[in-house]
Amino acid sequence: MRQNLTQKTIFIIAVLLVFVYGIFGIPKGFNGHALQTAILKRIQLGLDLKGGTRLILQVDVDQAVAGQAQQDGQRIQQSFQQNGIAGAEVVNPDPKKQPGVIEILNAPATKSTDISSLLNSQYGQDYSISPGANGQWTLSMKPTVMSQVKDKAEQQSIEVIRERVDALGVTQPVVAPYNTGSYQILVELPGISDPGRVKNAIQSTAKLSIHLVTGGPWDTQADAMQALSGTVPYDSELLESVPGASSSGAPGQWYELTRTPVVAGTDIRDAEPGTDPNTNQPQVNFYLTTAAGDRFATFTSANKGKPLAIVLDHRVREVATIDAEIRDQGTISGGGITMQYAKDLSLLLRTGALPASLTYLQESTIGPSLGVDSIHSGVMASIIGMSAVLIFMLIYYKGAGINADLALILNLVILLGFMGFTHSVLTLPGIAGVILTVGMGVDSNVLIFERIREEIRAGKSAAASVDQGFAHAWRTILDTHVTTMVSAGILFIFGTGPVRGFAVTLVFGLLANLFTAVFVSRVIFEAILNRKGRGEALSI
Amino acid sequence: MELFHDVKIDWLGKKWYFLGFSLIFSIAGLYSLFFWHHLRLDVDFKGGTVVQVKFAGPPNVDRIRASANAAGLHSAKIEQFGATSDNEELITLAENATDTASLDRSRAQIVHMLTRNYSEAGAQAQGKLDLDNASEGDLLQWLQQNDPEHLGNDQNATIKYTQQAKAIEAYRNNHGGLIDSIGNLSGVADPAIVQALQQGTYLSGFTVRNVEIVGPEVGAQLRHKALMAVLYSLAGMLIYLWFRFELIYGVAAVVAVFHDTIITIGAFSLADREMSLTVIAAILTLIGYSMNDTIVVFDRIRENLRMSRRESLADLVNRSINQTLSRTVLTSGLTFLTALSLLIFGGEVLRNFSFALVVGIMIGTYSSIAVASPMLVAYQNWRAEKKGKTATLPAARKQKS
Repeated sequence: MRQNLTQKTIFIIAVLLVFVYGIFGIPKGFNGHALQTAILKRIQLGLDLKGGTRLILQVDVDQAVAGQAQQDGQRIQQSFQQNGIAGAEVVNPDPKKQPGVIEILNAPATKSTDISSLLNSQYGQDYSISPGANGQWTLSMKPTVMSQVKDKAEQQSIEVIRERVDALGVTQPVVAPYNTGSYQILVELPGISDPGRVKNAIQSTAKLSIHLVTGGPWDTQADAMQALSGTVPYDSELLESVPGASSSGAPGQWYELTRTPVVAGTDIRDAEPGTDPNTNQPQVNFYLTTAAGDRFATFTSANKGKPLAIVLDHRVREVATIDAEIRDQGTISGGGITMQYAKDLSLLLRTGALPASLTYLQESTIGPSLGVDSIHSGVMASIIGMSAVLIFMLIYYKGAGINADLALILNLVILLGFMGFTHSVLTLPGIAGVILTVGMGVDSNVLIFERIREEIRAGKSAAASVDQGFAHAWRTILDTHVTTMVSAGILFIFGTGPVRGFAVTLVFGLLANLFTAVFVSRVIFEAILNRKGRGEALSI
Repeated sequence: MELFHDVKIDWLGKKWYFLGFSLIFSIAGLYSLFFWHHLRLDVDFKGGTVVQVKFAGPPNVDRIRASANAAGLHSAKIEQFGATSDNEELITLAENATDTASLDRSRAQIVHMLTRNYSEAGAQAQGKLDLDNASEGDLLQWLQQNDPEHLGNDQNATIKYTQQAKAIEAYRNNHGGLIDSIGNLSGVADPAIVQALQQGTYLSGFTVRNVEIVGPEVGAQLRHKALMAVLYSLAGMLIYLWFRFELIYGVAAVVAVFHDTIITIGAFSLADREMSLTVIAAILTLIGYSMNDTIVVFDRIRENLRMSRRESLADLVNRSINQTLSRTVLTSGLTFLTALSLLIFGGEVLRNFSFALVVGIMIGTYSSIAVASPMLVAYQNWRAEKKGKTATLPAARKQKS
């Protein structure tokens, strides 16, 4: 019995040490400041305590689907040309409402077997293909493929945002999927209290592409439509330029461009801010990957004398005539670029384009001073609430009160140690969770002590009362813990941000409480009983 | 020390009083919910923009309103936040446009409106840096540009100015986000810097403490989520109790907890307080907590049922409640103490959360005695009448432990 008790005591002390290590790690010193830094290294403060910005973005995944369908449509058009199927038009009828649909119009009836075998062999896996009347074919992207495209768009967006945020020098940012299945992204930017610039940098799709100019420029869209006699050819698109795109001082104009780009955003290897050697104006220099450079060289040497347009986010930024073969570099300078813009734009080009546009659903900014105040009041409330509980237990249960207080303090140490080991984030509701854990944790002690008192009143010996008290109370304690755990678990699943922090502390606290109130408290009782002689009363 | 030693209260005999009490509070809450204050939802749930601004002195609400109107923000709601001595106001813009792009504009508009129209110093400042709202980065940039210590543009200058900007920022954070006078910075910053700041910067007398901007989609989504969380939580409890006890115990406990939830939400409506995500968290916690209280009593009823079969059910339930009364009151009292300390000392941010806890703990304790247990007895009596037998309650499943 006695040796068993020693083992248990050693076990408890070992647990205590492990969790104290969990809280502090190995601090650099033992003064207040060193300990504080040590804690903050392991338990991070949430945005509501240290200040910062929390953003929730919606990825427009339908756009990514439409982009994929458009790309496939262009490939189909190319295959038709290679296979001598003339006259067929490949279109995406409604990229907004039916993003995954490709239609083939006016396909020659004589070639319908060729078309069928071509489509089925190359696109049968991704699209369900149905022929219609008058040489019309409809390809609709299969739902599984569509959700793959969407997932990929979300994943890519997260990677791009992370790179951009990192490049802007935000420390310890969080970029993570949010609300599974809704294609939303959570971005947390600690220490950023005015997020304007970061937000713009995140949101910019930075889709860069180079197209051949096939018509224009026209001063207005109406002029352009008139010149094209009412319809834009299916393989072209009409885009507006920024002022100064063709020469400095030129107004914004409209151009007809090939729909398929010569160079796309993924072909860009590097970008940097620079200045135009002639005008000394800021500009962005970008460089292409080797493969794209080879392609571009072939293209430019074959199209000398024709104008090229650099398009960024659906606006023509730069129009220039091909003088000579261009291999792997280009510049963007039109539209009165400032140095800051050149810097930001090169960053965006370096980190790659977003696969789909983003909108902000929610933004919350906590000023650092509010965080400091919240920490002060949270700590204040904790100390007062806890002291009240500890003092009450001492008065009400006398000797056993010390037992309960030790168990409660150990409960707190384990809870904080848990958070340290898992590098949890402590939020203001999380602090409230810690205090409540103490208030609720004491419940187990009260249950046991009241039961022991009952047994003593019934005339049992001290040792038997302790034994019976624990045995009877155990079941109730288990039930109560499970139910609270159920609500904390649901809170964790449904909650976000600070609320989740609250659920985490609640669950950790309850788990720790099972150990301290039942096991530790029991060992303390046994130790006391061991010292007392037979028949001596228990202080409870 | 001991409270409630050997009490013999006839709880079930007072069930009509309890029913009356519960009905009065439920109906009052529901009446307020539907016909009086309704339920005030915070920005998380309804969408819109809330900017929390702290002022150096007592804010002039009429002047803020006039400034807002001058800036075209006619729908701005301006209300005091926290105690009067905090000098804080919440400026709320309802979100009626579904255009998400405009969400961000509203924050800038409010800040701009306060700088240009409200702050007297701001109107005269003309391009100077506002030291009350400048971020650490802004301040560092300003210091590097103006270079008050003539350090040039090298590494040492950056280190020096970063350290000075941090010190000034820390001073401001420890003074509630507002600097009382630039001269007082001499305690933390170099004299040359303080002098330069006095000439090149100004104090607008207000600072933005917190900004919440929520798009309308999110609001609807969160309302739905909050409701589902509460319902799932109740369902989870019901299933667990069904598994551990019997269905009727689960139903009685869930009804009691539902009663607590209704009354707590009703109290929010009566007190015209705002429901927020953290309040939902508090309500979920209360569901678990109130369930605890009920389970403790039920456990004892189950235990007593197994030992004495002859006692009438009402007597047995009374005895069980009395046996656990001491524990119930103690635990609730202690948890109540911690919740109360949160309400009093936990600050304005947690105020509604703590309010829900304080109300909920009281109601939860009451309901486990006054709602859940009488329901068990009522159910048994009803079944007995139907079958013409004396009332018995299932002693629950065989013990597994």
